[in-house]
Amino acid sequence: MIVTYNNYQRANFLGSNNIFAGSVFEWFSSYKQYLNLKKVNVRLAEENAVLRTQLQQYLVKNNYGYSLLKDSLYLPSISVDSLKRANYFFSTARVINNSINQLHNFITLNKGRVNGVKTDMGVIADGKVVGLVFNVSEHYSTVISLLNNRLKLSAKIRSNNYFGSLSWDGKDYRKVTLNEIPYHVKVNRGDTIVTTGYTSSFPEGLVIGTVSNYSIQSGSNFYSVEVTLAADFDNLVMVGLVDNKQKIEINQLESLNKNAY
Amino acid sequence: MLTNSIKYLFIFVISVLLQVLIFDNILIARMVVPYFYIIFLILLPFQIPRALLLILGFLLGVSIDIFTNTMGVHAFACVLIAFMRPGILSLISSRETLDSVSAPRIQTMSIGWFIGYAAIMVIIHHLVLFFLEAFTFNDFLFTLLRGILSSLLSLSLIVLSQFLIFRK
Repeated sequence: MIVTYNNYQRANFLGSNNIFAGSVFEWFSSYKQYLNLKKVNVRLAEENAVLRTQLQQYLVKNNYGYSLLKDSLYLPSISVDSLKRANYFFSTARVINNSINQLHNFITLNKGRVNGVKTDMGVIADGKVVGLVFNVSEHYSTVISLLNNRLKLSAKIRSNNYFGSLSWDGKDYRKVTLNEIPYHVKVNRGDTIVTTGYTSSFPEGLVIGTVSNYSIQSGSNFYSVEVTLAADFDNLVMVGLVDNKQKIEINQLESLNKNAY
Repeated sequence: MLTNSIKYLFIFVISVLLQVLIFDNILIARMVVPYFYIIFLILLPFQIPRALLLILGFLLGVSIDIFTNTMGVHAFACVLIAFMRPGILSLISSRETLDSVSAPRIQTMSIGWFIGYAAIMVIIHHLVLFFLEAFTFNDFLFTLLRGILSSLLSLSLIVLSQFLIFRK
């Protein structure tokens, strides 16, 4: 239930991550990206502000506060310390092709195996979930977008931690559906939907979107929650790649369960 | 003959590039997408051998599939309309015109004839494409509407391009 689309994987040898399609897209997007620079700058500045605020809170909480502000020499020791504990590492890539108008949408990125991209890495834009890396070639990779009705991702309501599976019905590129939320749970419009951390592709708590509507089908015990996506799929330029250092260990452990029956 | 081949190779490359770089980014009313690239199959000469027509249809579809990660959906629809093209042509025009005129153009045939011919090709291609992509008859009306509205947009782009680019 966590990520279904697996038997399909690596069967896609004629995808847009091949060297030919990749270089055509890269050439074209290198001109096209100038059109979006203004928006990209604003978004980067906003994200910087958010990160700076979080860093400040972190520093104050750990009593590094004033001394750090005066003496930047303390910084390396903190980052070494946090590197030991961090499971998730972030890197960036440029979107060289993106579609929102099909039933199975994919995104092509300008980084591949040589840059350390691996299948099933999470992809985010401005800290909001975009999709999962699907195929990787030497220099390019394709991402299966949340706007692909074959992708199912586990997601939860931030305020009460009830989780369900998120999928797209192929109609509106701004909205996805969260299923399997039991009917006794209190759902409100405006609730934030975040990742669960069960997929090992994303850390827990990354924003996916907000609840814009919800309903119960007759004869069903579960809500069908309409989620408005937070990421701006219409206008993706730079994205972040999430690498989980413990993913192999988690996957090996979980694969043991399959043989238990 | 050789200049003709080069001309059609040029049309092939241009129509694929226009499709993947420009028309694939268009989305009107959240469901209408133009598939302009089949203009290549529409414009091929009348006397082209059937086998060559099918091969060109497959190559065109696969090129689009590579760029859009659709794995054979476009190839299927293109080979289908390449297969049906001789039948459609003999259905809507007489044998004498097909023998005397070299290729389907607005200038050599009439505009009404061209629109009718292009419309049949575009509608078959689009409906097959959208239903194959959805691969389900749930939301039948939505897919049908999507196919028909997209056909209208593609058809108008194809007819317009005849006036803009392919002048004598």
